[in-house]
Amino acid sequence: MAPPKHRRPGFSRKAQYGLFVTYVVAIAGTMVAALLLAISVADPAGFSALRAAGAEITAPVARVFSNVRRSTQNMNATVAAYINAGSQNAALQKQAEANRKKLIEAQALRVENARLRGLLKLSEDSESQVAVGRLISSTASSTRRVATLSIGRNFGVERAQPVRGPSGLIGRVIETGPTTARILLVTDAENLVPVMRVSDGLPAFSAGLGNGTVLIKPLNLGESPFKVGDIIVTSGNGGLYPPNIPFARVIKKTSDGALAIPYADPGNTPYAVVIRPYQGEARAAQQAVAPDGETKEVAE
Amino acid sequence: MKIPVTTIRLPTRPAREYESRFDREQSLLKMLAIPITSVAIASMITALPIFTEEPLLPPLGLLMFLSWRLMRPGLLPVWSGVPFGLMDDLFSGQPFGSAGLLWSLAMLFIEIIDARAIWRDHIQDWLIAAIVIAAVLLGGLWIAGMAHAAPGPAVLIPQIILSILLYPLAVRICARLDSWRLAT
Repeated sequence: MAPPKHRRPGFSRKAQYGLFVTYVVAIAGTMVAALLLAISVADPAGFSALRAAGAEITAPVARVFSNVRRSTQNMNATVAAYINAGSQNAALQKQAEANRKKLIEAQALRVENARLRGLLKLSEDSESQVAVGRLISSTASSTRRVATLSIGRNFGVERAQPVRGPSGLIGRVIETGPTTARILLVTDAENLVPVMRVSDGLPAFSAGLGNGTVLIKPLNLGESPFKVGDIIVTSGNGGLYPPNIPFARVIKKTSDGALAIPYADPGNTPYAVVIRPYQGEARAAQQAVAPDGETKEVAE
Repeated sequence: MKIPVTTIRLPTRPAREYESRFDREQSLLKMLAIPITSVAIASMITALPIFTEEPLLPPLGLLMFLSWRLMRPGLLPVWSGVPFGLMDDLFSGQPFGSAGLLWSLAMLFIEIIDARAIWRDHIQDWLIAAIVIAAVLLGGLWIAGMAHAAPGPAVLIPQIILSILLYPLAVRICARLDSWRLAT
């Protein structure tokens, strides 16, 4: 397209100065943006109020679309159930027969477990839920893996509370607004989760890769002990995530760990449960002495 | 007989069914609001319940912004990258100020190109947009990596390709909006 006329303002001093001022404003604005960026890099929670306001504004629309999406999925499932009714019935009956035996075994194990716990005088604060919400949006165009939850401070959601879905751990709360909260998903590169292999309790750490998978790294050195198909659950170390929440399934063994896919798919989870941090009191006491992000010498 | 005022004011001939076809003015509100609103709404698309495992959704706000800038040079002032970018930052999940800086740099870059390559066609604009999109996405990853742990740049390749392929569609949408904007 032809260059616009404003680039050659002619002999008018006013127009010339006007053009010059737009360049000055542009460069000054760039520097202001760079300054804002420097502030937000130094203090990532600094502009959370602004982001929360943005999430609050778009939340009503996101809620509507989320409902539409969910009811469409339900409808598809209902129609499919009618079509598959006969074959599904037979398969489910067979499965129910098989499950009955396992259920009885599990019942016996539960009784035994309770008895052993009683013998050991073990008391753990059980996983207590704060509130139940839904994931209504995610940062699908950014490299950060952050989702928005449909409930916020109005339901008692606070920072650093773990969030889980019916199928596994989703992430943890990083910012809260009045009626929305932002959740750092386990697939974000910043989210480190202490985990273990469910079969033998092998301790490991999980770090997100930002592409839907997580990297599981065992604590001990040496060759990767994982096998494809290993099931990973949270270990409860560190006192944030409660233990034994289903976490991921190993899909590939790497030289120093394993690649795994989290069980909870944020796009397909019907609800998200915000739970209290595991060993919350112990953590609160620790935070009172040495808060996160401020390492200071603790005097005896 | 006293005639009521309302009857006096009624026209004696039937009302015109059409308006004058010439000397009509475009609505100033429409001229200003349509580009601003379209970029803002495109930035907010990410707030819809779209869940992707990796960054796959194209930066629609950026696409819309670039389309307006390249299709209608002179419409958006040089400094407009800052306010539009900061608004995009509210929704994108990037550190606040990242798009403000990158979009503004993109504006200055296109301004420099405008002074060099004066007569351009759509393909050349597409090439410029492709360079800017790739640079802004990689820059965004780099900035996110300064603030937090970030994945490697390979994770961006599908998003960059998708965004570049979507640019002509964004220009089409802009052109439709533009003809609506300037309609009298």
